[in-house]
Amino acid sequence: MTLPPEKPDSPIGKAILRKEGPRKLTGQSKYIDDIEFDGLHGITVRSTIPRGKIKEIHFGKNIPWSEFTIVTAKDIPGKNYVALILQDQPFLADGVVNHPEEPILLLAHPNKYMLERARQAITIEYEKLPPIFEIEDSLKAQTKIWGEDNIFKSYLLEKGSIDSIWNQADLIIEDEYYTGAQEQLYIENNGMVAVANSEEGVTIWGSMQCPYYVHKALLPLFGLSEDKIRIIQTETGGGFGGKEEYPSMIAGHAALLAWKSGKAVKIIYDRAEDMVATTKRHPSRTRHKTAVMKDGRILGMDIQFVIDGGAYATLSSVVLSRGTIHAAGPYNIPHVRIDAKAVATNSPPHGAFRGFGAPQSIFALERHLDQIAKKLNMTPEDLRKKNFIKDGEKTATGQTINEGVSMNALLDRALKHTDFQNKRRQFSLDNANKKIKKGIGFASFMHGSGFTGSGEKYLASKVGIQVVDGGRVQVLAASTEIGQGTNTIFSQIAADALSVSPDFVEIFQPDTKYVPNSGPTVASRTTMVVGKLVQSAAIGLRQTLQKEGYIKENYREEELRQACAKYVRDNGDLKIIVEYQQPPGINWNDETYQGDAYGSYAWAIYVAEVTIDTTTWETKVDHFTALQEVGRVIHPILAAGQIEGGVAQAIGYAIYEKVRWKDGRMANGTMTNYIMPTSSDLPKIEVLFEEVPYAYGPRGAKGIGELPMDGPAPAILNAVAMATGHEIKAIPMLPEDLMRASL
Amino acid sequence: MKVEFKLNGQDVSVEAPPMKRLLDVLREELSATGTKEGCGEGECGACSVMMDQVLVNSCLVPISQCSGVDILTVEGLGTTEDLHPIQQSFLECGGAQCGICTPGMLMASLELLNRNPNPNEAQIREGLAGNLCRCTGYMKIFDSVKKAAEVLK
Repeated sequence: MTLPPEKPDSPIGKAILRKEGPRKLTGQSKYIDDIEFDGLHGITVRSTIPRGKIKEIHFGKNIPWSEFTIVTAKDIPGKNYVALILQDQPFLADGVVNHPEEPILLLAHPNKYMLERARQAITIEYEKLPPIFEIEDSLKAQTKIWGEDNIFKSYLLEKGSIDSIWNQADLIIEDEYYTGAQEQLYIENNGMVAVANSEEGVTIWGSMQCPYYVHKALLPLFGLSEDKIRIIQTETGGGFGGKEEYPSMIAGHAALLAWKSGKAVKIIYDRAEDMVATTKRHPSRTRHKTAVMKDGRILGMDIQFVIDGGAYATLSSVVLSRGTIHAAGPYNIPHVRIDAKAVATNSPPHGAFRGFGAPQSIFALERHLDQIAKKLNMTPEDLRKKNFIKDGEKTATGQTINEGVSMNALLDRALKHTDFQNKRRQFSLDNANKKIKKGIGFASFMHGSGFTGSGEKYLASKVGIQVVDGGRVQVLAASTEIGQGTNTIFSQIAADALSVSPDFVEIFQPDTKYVPNSGPTVASRTTMVVGKLVQSAAIGLRQTLQKEGYIKENYREEELRQACAKYVRDNGDLKIIVEYQQPPGINWNDETYQGDAYGSYAWAIYVAEVTIDTTTWETKVDHFTALQEVGRVIHPILAAGQIEGGVAQAIGYAIYEKVRWKDGRMANGTMTNYIMPTSSDLPKIEVLFEEVPYAYGPRGAKGIGELPMDGPAPAILNAVAMATGHEIKAIPMLPEDLMRASL
Repeated sequence: MKVEFKLNGQDVSVEAPPMKRLLDVLREELSATGTKEGCGEGECGACSVMMDQVLVNSCLVPISQCSGVDILTVEGLGTTEDLHPIQQSFLECGGAQCGICTPGMLMASLELLNRNPNPNEAQIREGLAGNLCRCTGYMKIFDSVKKAAEVLK
């Protein structure tokens, strides 16, 4: 049986109420620090230097150390690494430290105020080793801090033959672009509770995006069998990538303390610890060398893309992959070479953050294209129109695009909607003699949905739907609700497939004991990839009930409820598990990095209007327009909420949020000194959708979550360049940066 | 020290060190975990509560200052079955995503609407500027407050 046609009363495309909304709005939702708890508090003692050997650990006087549980690397029952991609990052430093704030030992005590005193009383003696903090120094590799050459991963992506075209070009334009680190700054800090002993194994409750990542990381740490490790996601107060990999570390720490003490242990980070010790967005450096013709045709792009991975490999190879694939943008360029590297430095590992490498490389490209347009004396829109990829043409990875989306039409709509050309003309005239200058600029980009290349095939995600307890229907998935709306979207998709209302469907709390591994909650994959599996599972349920005569082809909701109840009475619980099947025609070569990088892309044009006060050099974004094609919109309010939130975060990335580094450590790790946008800082964010259904997404949906992070920074800096003539090539761009450019 | 005050209309009495934060007293002594901690330094507003009708960051208020005061937290606003109009508006307009800033945001909205029952967008932006939200970009929160103002009229 296939999916029945969509009915007029289907919840798809409707703004139903957020599933867990009433609990969140009344303070009833239980986040990890809200859970009633009887046990010990845990704390982490961290390195104060960027790199060195640990010589001795001194426990100071006047602390009743016998009351404390103390865990070092020697107490680890299994393997001392956080299992992820490469097994290079220890749970606890064993003899050497490679970054500031690296965990060295753990303490637990019933009184959390005692713990802070104890932490202060510990001093660690080091033999310092020379550190590296900059991409340039890491590439030179005069000091080796990781492997043979400080390189975690490199890719060389080639289309055509770039070295054969330089002499055919009218103009060769080169430049270099930088992006800074960015803190995810979810408002709920990280936290975990663990119960662990050799009989029952390890159980973790906590704030996280990916329960099965934590599960995978704890298996070797304890050397236990899969069924002895259980991970439960509690209500999670935002993630943005920041709770993708680091929760494994914290869960491991809480579990080690619980294992040794025999008591439940809770570790809750305060804001300062969360900011300085956990992951941030990778800083990057991108070099562009572009061969262009006078009419705006781009013959070739030679791109060198380098990201700073911090001290351990963690997810840098995959962040680099997405950044690399997005580096050449939505353009049809005959000759492309992208030489990409993720390098080691002695700062805490950089990690997942919404956009996952793409905001970095797209910033460079979209700034570079505006500079090219200026040099060719063309408008930025004409330059893009000369080069946009069209259906039937190939991306940098050789993927033939065939989505029925026209970037030309999307750009035209955005220009018209924002009255772009008139505003640009007017602003130019008005700016001439004014101290307050206005600008307008845009960026065009695409963002791949789901895991890259063969990623989804290897993940082989599973989703279940079960009927239990008098006929209740529950979706079983490890995909987490972190604010983006997983619960609501899944209930819409399942309800649509079952021809019932969304209230009929329950979403089971992610708990590795009960839910199958639907993969991590990342990569704009939850709606498109996992949602499709939810739909398949719901169809499977319908089919089973129909085949066995419990329902007819058409039924009312109450009849389905009764049928489910009867089925359970007759046969016991019903559980249907479905597994990811790759859509036909997707081919990817991991060796050459050629092929179909993503099953589908979201496409967008973002327009920023800015005001710059040339006395203070402060930039204010006055209005922001986000136009995108994301396939079918499943929930208009949630979808707009994703775009608005992402744009806000990206405006912060562009002009407010600067991580200040001192010897590899974040020096401004407080909300007072790291400035994220407030309600007073942001412009009106206008969200426009275009909907071209994707054949392999649930009712045509594609991914959406990461897309809005990509476009705002280049759009804003392009607008600043239009207003002031200053070509700023690094973000965040603070007033002092713009002032410096004006001198 | 012993401190007596009203929490959501109920008389409560707690024994706590004088400098214990109101936030911790609410969460640890009175099981009122609806009020959240985001930063612990008065920047994010997640811990906002009403104290004698004034919006305060409960992470910056020592319990010794709370004798005889009237504290309102999110738990005193409405229930899941009977939402306060501001809660209902946030639910309908998408004003809550991850939910962690929400209790504080609701308190700030309540304080704003008490002061100014008919705020324009600039006034809403200013009224909520002490409450950080990382999910929504605030647009749906503005919609929520506007709608609540209409309903409460």
